[in-house]
Amino acid sequence: MKEEKREHSTTLPSHFGMVSRRDFLKFCAVAAAGMGLPLSMGPKIAEAVAALKRPPVIWLSGQECTGCSETLLRSTHPTVETLILDLISLDYHETLSTPSGHLAEEARKKSIDDNKGKFILVVDGSIPMKDGGIYCQIGGKTVLQILQETAPLAMAIINIGSCSCWGGVPSGSPNPTGAVGTAEALGGKYKTINIPGCPPNPYNFLSTVLYVLTFKKLPELDDKGRPMFAYRRLIHEGCERRAHFDAGRFALEYGDEGHRRGWCLYKVGCKGPETFNNCPQQLFGDVGPRSWPVGTGCPCFGCSEKGVGFTKPIPEQANLKYFTPSGLPKDGIRPGGAELRLTPPTAFAPIEAPEGHGVSATAVGVAAGLAGLAAGAAAATALKLGKAKSDSGPETKKE
Amino acid sequence: MGLSRRDFLKVSAGGGLLLASNLAPGTALARPPAPRLPEAQGILFDATVCIGCKACMTACKEYNKLPPDHYHPGEIWDDPIDLSAKTVNIVKLYSNGTAHNKDQEINGYSFIRRFCMHCVDPACVSACPVTALTKEMKTGVVRYNKDNCIGCRYCQIACPYNIPKFQWDQAFPQIVKCYLCDHRIAQGGYSACCEFCPTGASIFGNVQDLLKEARRRLALPVGRFADYPLQRVDSAHKAPRQVTPYLNHIYGEKEGGGTQVFMLANVPFTKLGLPQLAPESQAGTSETLYHTLYKGMILPYVVLGGLFYLIYKNTTGHELP
Repeated sequence: MKEEKREHSTTLPSHFGMVSRRDFLKFCAVAAAGMGLPLSMGPKIAEAVAALKRPPVIWLSGQECTGCSETLLRSTHPTVETLILDLISLDYHETLSTPSGHLAEEARKKSIDDNKGKFILVVDGSIPMKDGGIYCQIGGKTVLQILQETAPLAMAIINIGSCSCWGGVPSGSPNPTGAVGTAEALGGKYKTINIPGCPPNPYNFLSTVLYVLTFKKLPELDDKGRPMFAYRRLIHEGCERRAHFDAGRFALEYGDEGHRRGWCLYKVGCKGPETFNNCPQQLFGDVGPRSWPVGTGCPCFGCSEKGVGFTKPIPEQANLKYFTPSGLPKDGIRPGGAELRLTPPTAFAPIEAPEGHGVSATAVGVAAGLAGLAAGAAAATALKLGKAKSDSGPETKKE
Repeated sequence: MGLSRRDFLKVSAGGGLLLASNLAPGTALARPPAPRLPEAQGILFDATVCIGCKACMTACKEYNKLPPDHYHPGEIWDDPIDLSAKTVNIVKLYSNGTAHNKDQEINGYSFIRRFCMHCVDPACVSACPVTALTKEMKTGVVRYNKDNCIGCRYCQIACPYNIPKFQWDQAFPQIVKCYLCDHRIAQGGYSACCEFCPTGASIFGNVQDLLKEARRRLALPVGRFADYPLQRVDSAHKAPRQVTPYLNHIYGEKEGGGTQVFMLANVPFTKLGLPQLAPESQAGTSETLYHTLYKGMILPYVVLGGLFYLIYKNTTGHELP
């Protein structure tokens, strides 16, 4: 009885589609924790989400592999795909939409017309720019045209996956389609939230959506448009193999003794020291510890870092570029402060080590005086040598 | 006074003449420069690859059983400020202005490792009066024998790199310096600093191979990717790396008659605390000078004869018969 009374005391309904109220609250609490908010924010998120008329989401796909959609479908606590389908009104998603062809395009147009300025635009996949963008077309329109039509009407633009953030896989050299990210394709006119990764962690994406819905504003973003709650720290800083790096124990090649013992993967090209993400903390696939690339013995390749993943060769060793002796990151201070850099050694020895206080004038004077005395005494002795002998000469003669 | 102005001038002139006659052909009799040993081992340190992690310092202390060095009073960890009897290898930091750009002289920073350069013609070995310091004739490691050492510390003064350090805090002090981990070489290993360097900034190997590798790096096109060997110059493990600019200078190729340790950097080496040295070795120059002075014991006899003459004259009051 008591339990039921408590359940009815909140403003929340008892069920959200197929999700029980209990599961829903649990999920919201987890989401709050994921965003670095106090647990008490969990019910607030729940209320905000429940009170909303399901916000419409238009999901556009450029040159992509659907991995980002897949990662979202694989989130499991609780069945988040159910939740997100009930939380939001996913009005258009090329892979998940029930209708297809012209019907799907109709639905997109209708939703955009009905919800001008209210819908969230999610983009996965890069935008080809070369040759007028003909390399990716949907319903006879290039994805660039569709994006240019849709973006001005959206409440917020969220890029999921490195492709829509800054080009990702399709933009890898020699970039035959001229693939760029959403922000660049739109000429830098719109501020986008970037959730990079290949694929990104679904909870980073979900938490961002919930943050926007709850607080009606963008979460705190870093210089590359990534939410700080997820991309605050370097992978190297939270890595479970960090102790091996510090101790100098490295795997030198795949399958060698160090690799089998779980040593640091820096020498086989791990990009953890230059990649910001929460992989070591958040993990993937909800299957427990070590379920992330480095945990399985594969070096991080920097998928969530612009200019690292898909740009640098995988065996290349990472630059410790955020490590500068002044203690500040080279690319300016990231929001969140200087703790973002790699922890440097406490101090370095300067080129010229300070050597006491040098020689004091008094010491020089005393030493010079002593040296002078010694030299004088020696000279006097040498000169006296002959004299003393010749003085005593007559005496011996007398004897 | 027994010594007249005339006598004094006579002796001085005679001595000066002999000195001059001995010194004049001195250059022709100069000691030939020491050649590089064919199987000499050494280290190539590339400052542009160094990330300043100090793994080499930790490994050095561990494998040479050196105690921690506390420069700042009250610190509980190893924090040497310079080479000392407890620290034979140190990573130093050059920093200028904002120190934001790695390997740049202005507003940049650079790391530099300092340890024994293992000169081809070591001044410390030349200066040592009791052959406590010797150059191993195969690997070229400059070794120290504590049983021969008399503690004169001439080696400290002779070394242009300020490497040999004296155990000032010991009752029976010794000279301490890097031996290139020759105890590990003897067991088929190599220097710990190179084995534990994560980036390949320090690599161990045959001096000729190291020189070849250093020349190869200087010739690499900046911005392109190139393979950099890890740990050893002949290592199968190579890491690709985007080439950053280098100063076109292999420090140690010619300095002071050459060394077995080479340094590459993009900041002038004088800024990194390495002295600018003439290509002739100081050991060769000073040995030439001294061997000339004592050649055939002529000059010492002349000086002794002069002194004898002076004393004889002063004590007897007579000219020599």
